[in-house]
Amino acid sequence: MSFRVVHYINQFFAQIGGEEMAHVAPEKREGPVGPGAALNTAWKGEAEVVTTIICGDSYFAEHEKDAKEQILAWVKELNPDLFIAGPAFNAGRYGYACANICKAVQDELGIKVLTGMYEENPGADLKEKVLMVATTNSAAGMRKAAPTMAALALKLMKGEELGASCEDGYMPNGVRRNFFEKERGSTRAVKMLLNKLAGKPFTTEYPMPSFDRVPPNPAVKDLSKATIALCTSGGIVPKGNPDHIESSSASHYGEYDITGVMDLTSDKYETAHGGYDPVYANEDPDRVLPVDVMRDLEKEGKIGKLHNLFYTTVGNGTAVASAKKFAAEYAQKLLSAGVDAVIMTST
Amino acid sequence: MVKEIERAGIPVVHMCTVTPISMTVGANRIVPTIAIPHPLGNPALTHEEEKVLRRKLVETALQALTTEVEDQTIFEPKL
Repeated sequence: MSFRVVHYINQFFAQIGGEEMAHVAPEKREGPVGPGAALNTAWKGEAEVVTTIICGDSYFAEHEKDAKEQILAWVKELNPDLFIAGPAFNAGRYGYACANICKAVQDELGIKVLTGMYEENPGADLKEKVLMVATTNSAAGMRKAAPTMAALALKLMKGEELGASCEDGYMPNGVRRNFFEKERGSTRAVKMLLNKLAGKPFTTEYPMPSFDRVPPNPAVKDLSKATIALCTSGGIVPKGNPDHIESSSASHYGEYDITGVMDLTSDKYETAHGGYDPVYANEDPDRVLPVDVMRDLEKEGKIGKLHNLFYTTVGNGTAVASAKKFAAEYAQKLLSAGVDAVIMTST
Repeated sequence: MVKEIERAGIPVVHMCTVTPISMTVGANRIVPTIAIPHPLGNPALTHEEEKVLRRKLVETALQALTTEVEDQTIFEPKL
């Protein structure tokens, strides 16, 4: 006996129509429709799509509650071994629908689910809640996506343990899985480097977190009238580190008054940073926070004024969320103090 | 941190040695500096020479602050 699968697709993949038919309400058909056939082929009789549920992308987006209610009622009655949706590639509403209907089936009916889409599809926001195969951004990737989804689906239905995301082709979902690499780390690193140097594709084993962007502010019009503040992640603090800023993973920042201070000297200032050799910064803290030069420029009238407070923390293993919080807070202080521009130094 | 300052509406220049990190985190005005443990100095120089170096770096930062940019821009100091 083969495993029974219910497949969810949109109006486009059911060949009902494109955007002009995106309003169609959910309907249920026996057997595979569209991409379901490719899944059946890949399963070679071990599993089969018994029912296909089709729903217009706009209908799902605009009547999410009704659509979910109807689909959940059908899936409950059919009680399949797996509910599979898509793949949606880079179709935004379709991806949203696939991810959300999968989540509802999984959470409310306790049935295993799987979907697939492009990693930048808005539906992929749920990748830590719903198992998703990473696909290309267009339906041209179906030939590759269908077998990957089919293989992963079979594993789920058989109750087999999943491999790592890079082995089984799903999007990293925050669950760590150990496995043995075929080659040791140094070999992999050198290969990666050679590919990079040769301009060939390579895959990092430690993707950097993605950062958002803020558009640049207009330039300072007249420096000679501007108040400029110094800030640093290099850990410059008054000697003795009075606020106990941690040498790594800092939990707070410091605000220090430099009114009348013409030069940062080793008897009054030092660094609290534990992530670089502190000898040079301790010898002359101006090497990190250039108070001496700023005072000269102030005296010469090149800048209006050096702000009397500087803000400092230790950027050593400090969480992005903490750094964001510190700076968001002191930026407001700088703003209300009438500071026109900031020089941030990092080590 | 540069981004939060920028978000608050204050133009900001990031002086740092590892400029690719600055690019990644999203600083818009960037000035490359000397070395990680002494971004605005060089202990191999005399105290006076070092201050001249630091002044050039800070002047580049000020130049960055007075320059309109549309996108992330690295301002190379003339040392």
